[in-house]
Amino acid sequence: MEYEAVIGLETHVQLKTKSKMWCGCANEFGASPNTNVCPVCLGLPGVLPVANEEALRLTTLTGLLLNCTIPRRAKFDRKNYFYPDMPKNYQLTQYDQPSTSTGWVDFEHQGGISRVRITRAHLEEDVGKNSHFDRNSGVDFNRAGVPLMEIVSEPDIDGPDMACAYLNALKDILVYGGVSDCDMEKGMVRCDVNVSVRPKGTRGLGAKIEIKNMNSFSGVRKALEYEIPRQIAVVQAGGKLIQSTRRWEDTTGITEEMRTKEDAHDYRYFAEPDLMPFEPTEAWLAEVSRCVVEIPLARKQRFMRDYQLPAPDAQAFVWDRPLGDYYEAAVASAKNPKALANWVINNLRAKLTESGSALDQLKFPPAALVELVDLVDSGKISGRIAQDVFAEMFSTGSNPGRIVEIKGLAQVSDSGAIETFCDQAIAANPGPVADFLAGKEAALNFLKGQVMKLSKGKANPALVGEVLTRKIKG
Amino acid sequence: MGLMAPKTMLHELTISELTGKLARREVSARQAMQACLDQISRTNPALNAFIRLDPNRALADADLADQAIAQGKTHAEFPLLGVPIATKDVIAVKDQPLNCGSKILGDFISPYDATVSRKLKEAGAVIFGRLNMDEFAMGSSTENSAFGVTRNPWDISRIPGGSSGGSAAAVAANLCYGALGSDTGGSVRQPAAFCGCVGLKPSYGRVSRYGLVAYASSLDQIGPITKTVGDAALLLETLAGHDPLDSTSVPQPVPRFTGELTGDIRGLRIGLPREYMVGGLDPEVKASVDASIRHLSSLGAEVVEISLPHTEHAIATYYIIATAEASANLARFDGIRYCKRAEGADVIDLYSRTRGSGFGEEVKRRIILGTYVLSSGYYDAYYLRAQKVRTLIRSDFVKAFESVDAIITPTSPTPPFKIGEKASDPLQMYLMDIFTISANLAGNCAISIPCGFTSPSPRLPLGMQILGPSFGESTLLRIAHAFEQSTPWHREHPPLDFATKS
Repeated sequence: MEYEAVIGLETHVQLKTKSKMWCGCANEFGASPNTNVCPVCLGLPGVLPVANEEALRLTTLTGLLLNCTIPRRAKFDRKNYFYPDMPKNYQLTQYDQPSTSTGWVDFEHQGGISRVRITRAHLEEDVGKNSHFDRNSGVDFNRAGVPLMEIVSEPDIDGPDMACAYLNALKDILVYGGVSDCDMEKGMVRCDVNVSVRPKGTRGLGAKIEIKNMNSFSGVRKALEYEIPRQIAVVQAGGKLIQSTRRWEDTTGITEEMRTKEDAHDYRYFAEPDLMPFEPTEAWLAEVSRCVVEIPLARKQRFMRDYQLPAPDAQAFVWDRPLGDYYEAAVASAKNPKALANWVINNLRAKLTESGSALDQLKFPPAALVELVDLVDSGKISGRIAQDVFAEMFSTGSNPGRIVEIKGLAQVSDSGAIETFCDQAIAANPGPVADFLAGKEAALNFLKGQVMKLSKGKANPALVGEVLTRKIKG
Repeated sequence: MGLMAPKTMLHELTISELTGKLARREVSARQAMQACLDQISRTNPALNAFIRLDPNRALADADLADQAIAQGKTHAEFPLLGVPIATKDVIAVKDQPLNCGSKILGDFISPYDATVSRKLKEAGAVIFGRLNMDEFAMGSSTENSAFGVTRNPWDISRIPGGSSGGSAAAVAANLCYGALGSDTGGSVRQPAAFCGCVGLKPSYGRVSRYGLVAYASSLDQIGPITKTVGDAALLLETLAGHDPLDSTSVPQPVPRFTGELTGDIRGLRIGLPREYMVGGLDPEVKASVDASIRHLSSLGAEVVEISLPHTEHAIATYYIIATAEASANLARFDGIRYCKRAEGADVIDLYSRTRGSGFGEEVKRRIILGTYVLSSGYYDAYYLRAQKVRTLIRSDFVKAFESVDAIITPTSPTPPFKIGEKASDPLQMYLMDIFTISANLAGNCAISIPCGFTSPSPRLPLGMQILGPSFGESTLLRIAHAFEQSTPWHREHPPLDFATKS
């Protein structure tokens, strides 16, 4: 019998706030241990939490970006368990009234658009970090109380590829929305996986097995690539899977059982009495709505549709958002959006990289680039000359039309002048002429090159080819 | 009158009397502090109200107040300038020990000020000493303290009430001019009643809880214990107000409570809940409350019977909600970042040993009870149901306050009992809070004021509770003040015949 996997993901994302979730300590990575701490995030006796409004705003914004419902009332709950990295020995989280619920993410997968439904995106707090030394252990509480958002997906994912595609799409959306920097190296995104297997084509769900401890998307892929065949093998051998939690070991590349349902934690959730329920007003929601940005997939589809760009060009403008914005500022007046895209993606970007400057430092306006493209399109200058004109624009900010005019760079389409250059080239190169007559097409390119050289690059290349062919072949 | 009133000693003054003398430079803050320290030396060995005290630091802080007075700072600007105030050991004061009456915190020193401590300091008060209490405010007798029992100044064979027993005993015996306590189910009012003081539990949200070590977060309030209603009003003015560090503190304007003490209560309607005249009520308690109600009537108040039908469920509801919250609130005392650590084979063992040896019996009992009522499979039957009953109790009060301005009950069903008398029976002890607990569940304000004494030997103080609606402290204080000023009870001091002669 063939089996299929059913996968849901719980993705934890650190929010991009200045301060921590309940206190004024800095939310920053890499500080010396226990320097970004205060009585509140150390859980000293008597302290109280005060919710960080920016974190609430970013969570709601995430909900809007993920097509979620935003309930009119959310609250925090205490999740009770003891662990040395937890200052209060309870974690504040949103249990039954989260900030957002029931949305979806669309993303490109296997040549089409796939959808994963989102159960909820809720807000909680991060914990400290344990370190174990030879003789003792230590805890760094810098991370304790950093705002953490958990995005829970429905079990809509069918395998490692789709899981990674979903995670990448989610990450791109969050970075786009300014919700999180999603820096994996700094542990800003962490992921737990729920996976079960069932006979292909059936509707029921097998025993849910949770895998923890993947610290990269490739870890998620590898864990699933190990775990799915493992589960299938157990079932095919007549074995029975039970609901349990397993731990991914990156070094050995296997998952190991941590605990089963029988000894699962009883977290004894109850409403946090130190915080009032959060009831966003219309005005507050409207303010958050104003921060909603176009998500990456929508942007790509729009660039392809509105400017008739091929997918790679549109994708380039999604990955490099400022470059895409620049393109959009220029394209309104462009006659040839595709040619403009080539100029922006290839020439402009290369030049920026080469000179180490940014788009907002450009000396010419977007309209000047459009004018340059038009000069090439209308045959006024050749592509070669256009490179020189662009270099001049880039360094001086001069208008391309002016540069062409002052430097006399306009393409020569006057057949009299071209005929003279062609005659000179034919006379000076009898060998290639003979080769061309003998059928070697490549020889014509050499002769064209000679004509271009004589014209200082200004001859219209198409015209040169015509004249040379006529003169040699008669 | 006509007889010479006995000369009032410096330490016996009320706060308002002391500030008058300080303002007129008749006494210095150092003298006032020294008077307290002397009284502490004489009586604290028997009373055990103060469990920590740094006399040199206290005097140095008093000297700072004297310098401020010398520089022209006034009591109009700093209403408590130079007044020695002591705090229950559950409220954080920067650089002072914070033990919560428990062994578990070891030598913990608070690195920060509670908001109330900051406000008292900003008003010029000299905060000194740590006052005994039931461990983590769990108890009604101060017998559950790792620092030993506090004794009632009126009869040292008896308990002072609890959990703020140290605060009430200290104020009653004139060891400080006023004190802060915390009230989760009656822990300010009941010891105030047992020691013959005024004890005010403000409305939930009136006073910031930041820096109060939480027992039950949705019930806890900090309140003053004082010699007079006027002093309680004065301290409340200082303590009250929204605090950005406490999300449950309410942005309500703070009235000038001392200005509300007009003495006129004519036309106010006072309710007597029929459910509160329960069986088991001590006859002397009943007689003094009855007489007090007649007295209020003679002052022009209209007394009517009312009903608070869900009263009988209050204690059960309280012990579910309070212990549930406590089970989480006390989880942080684990020996990892602070607390006296008992090493173990692994981290779980470390937790068990640290908490097993650090917490006392009553605290462990409540943590276990609270853990149980939140457990999967029991949550709905206990915690969720208790929350629903709490809503019913709250609406009882809302309804009652539609027709009356205040409600009167005894503060406690009995006078202060003997040390050890109820210690072996937790349930008997829990029943002591029957009259006080509802105000915490409903979030109302309430005050206990002296209303009489038991028969001459032993002569023990009795207290009357006045309950007001949420944020109705003004009327509450007006009634309490009018009663106090027209009765002699608050003028009497405990004989303290056990004190060592100085």
